[in-house]
Amino acid sequence: MNDPSRESAPPRAFELETTPQLAGLQSARAMATAGPSLIDQSVPTAVRIAEFNAWYGEFQALDSVQIDIPARRVTAFIGPSGCGKSTFLRWINRMNDLVPIARAAGTLDLHGTDVLARSLDVVELRRRVGMVFQKPNPFPKSIFDNVAFGPRLHRKMSRRELEDLVEWSLRQAALWDEVKERLDDSALGLSGGQQQRLCIARAIAVGPEILLMDEPCSALDPKSTARIEQLIAELRESYTIIIVTHNMQQAARVSDVTAFFMEGRLVESGETTRIFTQPQDKQTEDYITGRFG
Amino acid sequence: MTGSPPYASRRGPNEYPARSAGRRALSNRIFTVVCWIVAAASIVLLAILLITIARQGWAHLNLGFLRNVPSRNPAEAGLGPAMWGSVWVCAVCGLVALPLGVGTAIFLEEYKPRSRVVRKLHAFVQLNIANLAGVPSIVYGIIGLTVFVQAFDLFGNANEPRFEIGSVWYDQFIDESGQYLSVSIDGRSAPPAELRDGMAATDDFGHPVAIRVVSRDESTGETGQVLAGSEPFRFVEKSWYYLQLPFGRGVLAGGLTLMLVILPIVIISSQEALRAVPNSLRESALGMGATKWQMVWRMTLPAAVPGIMTGAILAMSRAIGEAAPILILAGIVFITFTPHHLMDDFTAMPLQVYDWASRPQDTFHEVAATGIIVLLAVLLTFNAAAVFIRQKFQKPLS
Repeated sequence: MNDPSRESAPPRAFELETTPQLAGLQSARAMATAGPSLIDQSVPTAVRIAEFNAWYGEFQALDSVQIDIPARRVTAFIGPSGCGKSTFLRWINRMNDLVPIARAAGTLDLHGTDVLARSLDVVELRRRVGMVFQKPNPFPKSIFDNVAFGPRLHRKMSRRELEDLVEWSLRQAALWDEVKERLDDSALGLSGGQQQRLCIARAIAVGPEILLMDEPCSALDPKSTARIEQLIAELRESYTIIIVTHNMQQAARVSDVTAFFMEGRLVESGETTRIFTQPQDKQTEDYITGRFG
Repeated sequence: MTGSPPYASRRGPNEYPARSAGRRALSNRIFTVVCWIVAAASIVLLAILLITIARQGWAHLNLGFLRNVPSRNPAEAGLGPAMWGSVWVCAVCGLVALPLGVGTAIFLEEYKPRSRVVRKLHAFVQLNIANLAGVPSIVYGIIGLTVFVQAFDLFGNANEPRFEIGSVWYDQFIDESGQYLSVSIDGRSAPPAELRDGMAATDDFGHPVAIRVVSRDESTGETGQVLAGSEPFRFVEKSWYYLQLPFGRGVLAGGLTLMLVILPIVIISSQEALRAVPNSLRESALGMGATKWQMVWRMTLPAAVPGIMTGAILAMSRAIGEAAPILILAGIVFITFTPHHLMDDFTAMPLQVYDWASRPQDTFHEVAATGIIVLLAVLLTFNAAAVFIRQKFQKPLS
């Protein structure tokens, strides 16, 4: 891939395998099939969702959700507790497969890959769609082994290549300078904010196209939160980021596109500045102005 | 008082008769004292036991005791072969129980089924493993006897196994110089060798000798001369890799029987260790595109290893002290050697102690106490190792 906008691409000899779908992003054919995204015609769609419904057993968690997530932008999902935004996020990388009573129907399309297909290689999907969870959860291994865990799953790499990749991932996650002296120390010795950045580095190391973040800052102090928001702004050049957040100010600061969910329905979505200054739906306005939380 | 209570008597919380404060404090004190007494009683009991044993057995405790073989003279009796027998049996037991137990625990914990029928089967297996942990170990001895020692008598009996490898059979004649001349024969069931002049044999030192059949008058007492009409003795040489089926009363059968005893314990403690790995770590691993096996092998199992090791060491310390299954399997045998191969006879430390304790002489009772001291020291070392490992390696997993 010789995309000039990817200035943060690894300057090493190894090349992360280009999936056909990712290469398709560059080709004109993909541009033509990608629908108009929420921002403007020039930004292609990374994930296309239409008529998406999800259930936990008998309870319907999501109802007819329709949205086009733009590529290389930050999309924020906001809404009150229990509105289905985390459920929606977990369907994008099929993490809800772990919940026996969860099922979904509709269109969930990732660069031409039907995510809901039964025959889908879920392992490869999860490599392409990384996830960062609410509570930082590094493995009880060394910092190096944490970041190297993902690459070791998918590729055969020599020790030198792994060291390069780990350094690149930690630099991308703005953690390298703080840990470069102690890569063999246990990851559990890091502070909360550092652990969350480590989890981001870990997710990046497998070379995903999309990063899902489920309230990544809610367990962190304000200083670490600011650091991570800065990191998100840096990462959006290379990855499509979807972030679920309870914090409206964070959504306003960090995202390009915001989608407001309530009780399983997507009430309104659009450019962040427009949503926060001129919401078209009354419910959106009520939520944003804090009339209910 | 604001608001009225919902019941008819209309009394507030503070309007009921109080319990006596003195009575409450007194019963609190009594309970504390009772707890102390109970705790002290168990410690005192343990101390009495240890001191009695130490006083009885201290006199005979020396390095010679650990090296000597059992003898009819209590002053010379030693624990050597019993210790080695215990080592061999526990090694076999551990090598088989650990992979089997950890594998079962992984299967029960990580590969939980979805369909209702298989889930019921799963619960059934889980329940029965818990039951097996409580079965008296003598029952396992009987199982071991039937299954391992005799193999249900399907392959001949233990003393005449149908299959064996690693054994070389000879018929031996005594020659006129007093040496044993060995003639090799086909196997266990070969007919007795016929004494013929010029037959090839080997002497006691391994040199080839040609047998010359002589009559009593012709005999000159030289090597190689065998009296006519001599009957051969059957002799077998078993190398270190000797194996027979059925296993017979050997180390392998003993080890497998002990494996049955500790397997439920290993499974349950491994399951606990696997459960202690938080689910958030599993989700993270799967979220990065790991297959289930990769997640278990690369993340869950390494994280659970300290807990599994602690459980395994405690299970092994139980195995070392088990006398009943070995009693049924091997019985009380007078063993003066360490086992040479997996099918060899053996004895174990608890059994040796039992043997000495049931002799009438008092000195043997003292020697039994010495054996108990050694056994307790081994158990203490095992448990200390388990605690040490737990302290050092069991890091918080989140």
